[in-house]
Amino acid sequence: MYPENFRYSKEHEWVLVEGGIGTIGITDHAQQELGDIVYVDLPKPGTRVEQGRSLGSVESVKAVSDVYAPVSGEVTEINPALADAPEKLNADPHGAAWLVKIRLSAPDELPQLMSAADYQIYIGAEK
Amino acid sequence: MPQVSPVRRTALNSVHRAMGAKMVEFGGWDMPVQYAGIIAEHMTVRQKVGLFDIGHMGKIEIRGPQAALLTDFVTTNAVAKLRTGQAHYSGLLYENGGFVDDILVHKVAEDDYFLCVNAANQEKDFEHIRAHNHFDATVELTSDRYSQFAIQGPHARATLQKLTPVDLGAIKYYWFTDGEVCGVPARIAHTGYTGEDGFEIYFPPGESESIWARVLEAGAEFDIKPCGLGARNTLRLEAAMALYGHEIDASTSPLEAGLAWIVKFDKGEFIGREALLRQRESGVTRKLTGFEMAGRPIARDGYEVQVNGAAAGWVTSGSPAPALNKNIGLCYLPGEFARPGVAIQVVVRGQPADARTVETPFYKRAK
Repeated sequence: MYPENFRYSKEHEWVLVEGGIGTIGITDHAQQELGDIVYVDLPKPGTRVEQGRSLGSVESVKAVSDVYAPVSGEVTEINPALADAPEKLNADPHGAAWLVKIRLSAPDELPQLMSAADYQIYIGAEK
Repeated sequence: MPQVSPVRRTALNSVHRAMGAKMVEFGGWDMPVQYAGIIAEHMTVRQKVGLFDIGHMGKIEIRGPQAALLTDFVTTNAVAKLRTGQAHYSGLLYENGGFVDDILVHKVAEDDYFLCVNAANQEKDFEHIRAHNHFDATVELTSDRYSQFAIQGPHARATLQKLTPVDLGAIKYYWFTDGEVCGVPARIAHTGYTGEDGFEIYFPPGESESIWARVLEAGAEFDIKPCGLGARNTLRLEAAMALYGHEIDASTSPLEAGLAWIVKFDKGEFIGREALLRQRESGVTRKLTGFEMAGRPIARDGYEVQVNGAAAGWVTSGSPAPALNKNIGLCYLPGEFARPGVAIQVVVRGQPADARTVETPFYKRAK
């Protein structure tokens, strides 16, 4: 369920780093907690984001939730599929429904994030 | 020391959990916000039939030779016009014209009135009514004696009819009958909070689990779904029905909230009448207004509303409208803007987003 090659934040984002670029999304746990996702608001490419700061938002029928940057860097790409089909976030949060790609400016932030095993303990404990 | 009151549970709490409902605290109660998903549950009520546990709602019973006089004095609608077996929507007001609560009043008999009130307000309502009881009447808070389900949707009647000998087709809208459901004594009311046809039933809590299961069984052929408070909220918003704490509260009058129709000035004295008469004379400074967002941004409760770039009001309820495929909301605006067709902006996360005022209700079922 939670890929081993991702790193996870306490705010329920994941990041997969490949060649200095981090692909970022929200976790399956996050989409389950949110329920039906109906709107995704993402930054424009070129935006600089800082670890722990809001990079956009995800809205369910019920509420709006911030998405926090798990790592700092510059947004290089946003997922174009989500504007017209935000519900993909409910279906495939760890795959097709990634949110943004970021060129990492501080790769040393990565060890602060959780492994898949730690994240699953974390969400188990949160309940 | 702050008073910590324990979270309350309806008789169905463990059933909701076993069914995988997502539970939230609402008005001091641990309630299901959704089972499968708000959109699916919402559409089920619009197209088929949904079952809601609303056992958190409060019940207050007013009885005695002067029960009608007390009920009329503490509420805005005309109790004298109610026939036995009839119900109406009404307001409990403070002297200043603000809402203590919005309620349903059922006339059980000339000397017996059954009030269904908001969960979070029930103790406050009870104290308020009791404080004004200078009549030959008794006031009782009887919430614990009832479970309450809502069965709502185009197939609500066909579903419930399987479980009761009462001829549901003979109960007119906003009337009720005391009969049986699944062999258990029940009050069956042709009322609801969804904008869809349906019934609300009141019965002893001891039978809750079996009746819940039997309603789901009876509705299976119509694809009945259990529905949570999430869908209840989006359904009532599409129907532009007020929710206490959002459209109405202690600082809002029925005239501002578009509820002048539940205020019967000609019935004589009632709490809040003087303030409302003054407000009617001087005119209200704000009015509840419906709006639709132009694009994808979603208005949420509390967001600022602007007209021509200047702050003009605020959103009381905002949400996607699953049956309408757009984003809607209710807001307070100064009188001059409180009419359909006005261009407004809703400030969504710091960005003004275009919207337009529209007629309400947003959704009206085909009769």
